[in-house]
Amino acid sequence: MPRFSKPEDLYQYSDELKKNLAASGVDQPVITVGMGTCGLAAGAGEIYKAIHAELAKHKLKAIVRSVGCIGLCVKEPLVDIQLTGKPRITYTNITPAQVPRLIDEHVIQGQVVMEWAIGSIPTDW
Amino acid sequence: MSQTTSAPLDTSPPILPSYTDLPFYRKQVRIALKNCGIIDPKNIDEYLARDGYRALSKALVELTPDDVIGIMKDSGLRGRGGAGFSTGIKWEFCRRSRATPKFVICNADEGDPGAFMDRSILEGDPHSLIEGMTIAAYAIGAADGYIYCRAEYPLAIAHLKNAIAQAQEYGLLGENILGTEFSFHLYIKEGAGAFVCGEETALMASIEGRRGEPRPRPPFPAVSGLWHKPSNVNNVKSYAMAPQIVLNGAEWFNSIGTQKSPGTAIFAITGKINNTGLIEVPMGIQLREIIYDIGGGIPDNKTFKAVQTGGPLGGCLPESALDTPVDFDSLVEAGATMGSGGMIVIDEDTCMVEFARYFLIFASAESCGKCVPCRVGGQRLLEALTRITEGKGTREDLDEIEYISRNMKEGSLCALGQLTPGPVLAALRFFREEYEAHIYEQKCPARVCKGLITFSIIADKCEGCMICIRNCASGAISGAKREPHTIDIERCTRCGLCATVCKFDAILIE
Repeated sequence: MPRFSKPEDLYQYSDELKKNLAASGVDQPVITVGMGTCGLAAGAGEIYKAIHAELAKHKLKAIVRSVGCIGLCVKEPLVDIQLTGKPRITYTNITPAQVPRLIDEHVIQGQVVMEWAIGSIPTDW
Repeated sequence: MSQTTSAPLDTSPPILPSYTDLPFYRKQVRIALKNCGIIDPKNIDEYLARDGYRALSKALVELTPDDVIGIMKDSGLRGRGGAGFSTGIKWEFCRRSRATPKFVICNADEGDPGAFMDRSILEGDPHSLIEGMTIAAYAIGAADGYIYCRAEYPLAIAHLKNAIAQAQEYGLLGENILGTEFSFHLYIKEGAGAFVCGEETALMASIEGRRGEPRPRPPFPAVSGLWHKPSNVNNVKSYAMAPQIVLNGAEWFNSIGTQKSPGTAIFAITGKINNTGLIEVPMGIQLREIIYDIGGGIPDNKTFKAVQTGGPLGGCLPESALDTPVDFDSLVEAGATMGSGGMIVIDEDTCMVEFARYFLIFASAESCGKCVPCRVGGQRLLEALTRITEGKGTREDLDEIEYISRNMKEGSLCALGQLTPGPVLAALRFFREEYEAHIYEQKCPARVCKGLITFSIIADKCEGCMICIRNCASGAISGAKREPHTIDIERCTRCGLCATVCKFDAILIE
């Protein structure tokens, strides 16, 4: 845990973080669940659990993170899947029953499930 | 459900559109919402990786407090809580006040029904608010700040608490920020949810532990605010925009939007709209673009009737006003207000009298009762509107509504009372014929008001399936199987259940 005692410390630290992101320093799939109040109301909590359960079932390593509201509340729960060096793909109106196929096809086989996907989030967005 | 529907990730050109090409996002410009939904709000590193706290560092190292205020003034940022006063000038007033200590306060008491802009920022990007408030504190010379947030936003408060603790650990908040002389402490005050506490003087009273009631202004908070000390009160969105403005410069900010309302506006669009959600658009965009291009239009092939902006104290605009550019001044000119960012779309099935009554019930219930025009006026307005929806309205009621409204506007102590008649007056201005139909023809054109509609069964369409008979709670429908049924108007409570369950469209409401 850094404690910045001068502005340069902050610059150095955040440049390092950026460099890691740009170099795809993350070597695991990143799964993101929209868990603002709107996502939770639509059932994102169940999705979050289902993702963890499915990953454990396949003994897969992945980073599962939760984010706030991206704005498209009507399509919640939203799940994004990003493989190393690949675009971050958003899936909409996801139910726990859909999670196994998402993990199997996208995370394991690397194939986007087109019929549930809405778009990809540009990295500089 | 077969493999053929899956495509390899490397297909080029990509089949999946980028967010920037999706109709919902294409016209959006995200400044305050930049990180919402992108970063993990519980992890400060993700905020730092997107240039978080760089604006604060820039301000502390490169800029004097007056420079920061200069940038904010040049940017033209107007308070996003709804009043639209220049944020830079507000900061300057507070800086120039001689008394100390000074306080920075965030108004996160978002209470408009159907509005969730501030909540989304607090939940999704709490550090942007903390950074913005810290910059404000540096600019005006404050050492302590309060975030006033309603307790009914538990997730927002949890994320804020976590973010404050992280910023303190990193040396970005607290004593000697980034090793400089500047110190700033931030506290959360959980409000109990009274709507009037969103009014700044009532909000400060509540922080002090007193009853949440407004007081006359002047003196303004910049002169005498929290504990009679100079205080700066801004909305969540105003603070959240400040780091971006300091980082990218005033010119960058005022190149977006219109000349008099630079930057972006954030709206929570709800109601009868396909894409319910949270959007950030450049000022000057037309209401039509928001509702049809971004919002995706009205569901179920219904017709657009009105759009309410400014929440329960705003106003609703008809189809003819859809080309109005969205900015502080144009919306007021058109008969509504910018407000904090609630936007409710109404279709043909909504009665405008009942709609105004609904928000009047809210506003009059939330009156703190301190001043007479608001306390009594709201109640009398509500009674007049209720009479109209029950079919007991008279021409005098319309006159009385206008008379009371005028007095509330001029005589109320705070914005709550002054603006309570707004929705009723706007509805009267644009939908007067609907009010008159209730009064003179005893008809509710949208077929909503129970006192003015009757249910009957169209014999030609009725198949005699008995489903309405089984569902009618008051036993008002009778008839034999395979024979057209009839409704006993005396017993009918006009609940509308029969119309919902009928499979043959045989229930006539008029």
